[in-house]
Amino acid sequence: MSVGDSHVVVVGASLAGTRAVEALRHQGFDGRITLIGDEAHQPYDRPPLSKTLLSGKRTADQVRLHPDGDDYASVLDVTMMLGRRACSLDVDAAEITLDRDERVGFDALVIATGSRARHLNHTDHLPNVYVVRTLDDCLRLQAALVAGARVVVVGAGFIGAEVAATAHSLGCHVTVLEAAPVPLERQLGATMGTYCATVHARHGVPLRVGVQVDEIDANGVILAGRERIQADVVVVGVGAVPNTEWLQDSDVAVGDGVLCDAFCRVRGSGAGTLKGIVAAGDVARWTNTLFGEEMRIEHWTNAAEMAEHAATTLLADLNGDSSSLMPFAPVPYFWSDQYDIKIQFLGRSTGHQEVVVVDGSMESGKLVALYRRDNQLIGALGISRVRQLMSYRNLLATGASWEEALTHAAQ
Amino acid sequence: MKIVVDFDRCQSNALCMSAAPELFEVRDDGFLYVLQEEPGEDQRAVLEAAVRACPTQAISIG
Repeated sequence: MSVGDSHVVVVGASLAGTRAVEALRHQGFDGRITLIGDEAHQPYDRPPLSKTLLSGKRTADQVRLHPDGDDYASVLDVTMMLGRRACSLDVDAAEITLDRDERVGFDALVIATGSRARHLNHTDHLPNVYVVRTLDDCLRLQAALVAGARVVVVGAGFIGAEVAATAHSLGCHVTVLEAAPVPLERQLGATMGTYCATVHARHGVPLRVGVQVDEIDANGVILAGRERIQADVVVVGVGAVPNTEWLQDSDVAVGDGVLCDAFCRVRGSGAGTLKGIVAAGDVARWTNTLFGEEMRIEHWTNAAEMAEHAATTLLADLNGDSSSLMPFAPVPYFWSDQYDIKIQFLGRSTGHQEVVVVDGSMESGKLVALYRRDNQLIGALGISRVRQLMSYRNLLATGASWEEALTHAAQ
Repeated sequence: MKIVVDFDRCQSNALCMSAAPELFEVRDDGFLYVLQEEPGEDQRAVLEAAVRACPTQAISIG
């Protein structure tokens, strides 16, 4: 069978899934492609959800991933199965079972099922509790964010902070609660996490750290110690979990994500990888050889880049020519727009031993800070310092030493 | 080949600058500047990379 006779099934129709489809076509694959997604909407982009969509500056149609809109399927010659959920995978039979027990066979598979918002227990029945993950989530929340509404945001991570900023701009009375003593510590470290979270207070939005939410009811939030905070709207932003349940009875190796090799190939529960199966985006866990670190990344740029890489690997494997493949070893990147600041991060902060502000200052609200692990530059944080930050990308991509980074900063 | 930027969508994340520094620059004023409005065909690959890297879908090729 030639590659052109192959049927590639992509499960997950958000950024990673659609980018995989585009990359397959861009790289000349002319066989059948089927794209399966569990949301009924045409593929859309998530970053605007907590910002411009929530604030009403953009409509649902304006956050579509492809301006082609309904023509997307015909332009890329892809069969779309939207509003359909993959329920299980049989690797040996090369078959996926969807809801309503429909089966879809494949010659090659891209797993891009992403992640979903983590919910707090015993809150799903409450109409005043919201999460921020899907377009429907955000349209529902948008309708509730009216001027004067009392809003409690549970979780001072990036999503929580963006929602707090948007709700504040809409005239809501916002309070942010964070269970950890330091917000954003895992992502930015204690010093910079604490510093970034000061943006709330600067805009008159109270942030309370180290507080445990005991209960949520129709009137608001009850903290451990029984203090009550009245709220019309409670937004829960306490992280995401990878969508791997549909794979639990399959041969796919799962452990906080789908386990992949350095090339985005999916590992089996035995030794080695599964032929013709790759993964990308929030759901995929792999070893990034540039940082010598296993990672699973829930950010836009990684979904886009990893999907392209996974498509390249898949086509090379189908063609039986994997000799020129490169490992997927990017410089991770994310950004967050909150109030009047832009936070951007390149690289990693995991296991850092030192953070140094090399440009701007905390007082000015604009800075670049570098992260050191051993003698290596591993990350760079920018706050409203876009151009200066981006100059560190090449240094990170080439594994620059700490001295090289400091020398660059001094120039 | 013409670079078209929707400045209403652009949020100056500078990923285009990272992908194609000869075509895009975000300056200290926080705005994006297109350095060559009509680059040659030899720059198509790098421009396409910038289009794909833009997280606000602000860049297209006219």
